[in-house]
Amino acid sequence: MEHPFTIAGTELVIQVPKELDHHNAERIRREADRLLGERNIRSIVFDFGRTGFMDSSGVGLIMGRYKTIRCLGGKVTAIRANEQVRRILTLSGVYKVIDICEEEPKRGEMR
Amino acid sequence: MKDVNEMRLEFDSRSCNEGFARVAVAAFMSQMNPTLEEVDDVKTALSEAVTNSVVHGYEGQVKKITVECRIQGQELALMVADEGCGIENIRQAMEPLFTTKPEAERSGMGFSFMEAFMDQVRVESAPGQGTRVYMKKRVGRTACDQ
Repeated sequence: MEHPFTIAGTELVIQVPKELDHHNAERIRREADRLLGERNIRSIVFDFGRTGFMDSSGVGLIMGRYKTIRCLGGKVTAIRANEQVRRILTLSGVYKVIDICEEEPKRGEMR
Repeated sequence: MKDVNEMRLEFDSRSCNEGFARVAVAAFMSQMNPTLEEVDDVKTALSEAVTNSVVHGYEGQVKKITVECRIQGQELALMVADEGCGIENIRQAMEPLFTTKPEAERSGMGFSFMEAFMDQVRVESAPGQGTRVYMKKRVGRTACDQ
């Protein structure tokens, strides 16, 4: 399964796979951290548009990237999360430190 | 007395099997006529228990994980077992945000999610003795035998 990573300016968009569990989180973490190390990234968008399942491994992935990007003064956003993913983001408290949007905010409108 | 329906899975503790275990249990419980939310609840709780066995029980070694599933009326009972290193302090392990592997970005929410999504969670474990997680949930608007 492909996990496309797109970079536009200083924004990294991660297309989250159908299931964000321990197995997939490890693979995304490796690639995201490589990009964060090599490129000038200030904001990470997790696009859950095709994701039907997430567990606490996904929470670990998001919080880990949040800690990295916060040190750089950046931010993390989750977009297009379905009901199951939203419940996990809410129950875990992740929603307190990231933005959750229906759609990807237009660049330039992001705080 | 309502009929009991049971199944048992045994698979290697490879992370790629986490998704397999979720799908297998979701398919087995479909006969209970569950809501989508109930299926998501069970898949999440099961995923947490299986991931714990992969990450903590066996610490990445490839050994066997067993999942047992039992339907009786509207009650679903799950057991996830490994023969791994076991848990020294179960109460501490079950505390929200407690993790022995922060460097691996384990969030420490596995047991919290199991407790949030299931009606009952019970853990049997001791160092060197493996771990068994028992979970129960009342599922379905109507039972399959009604």
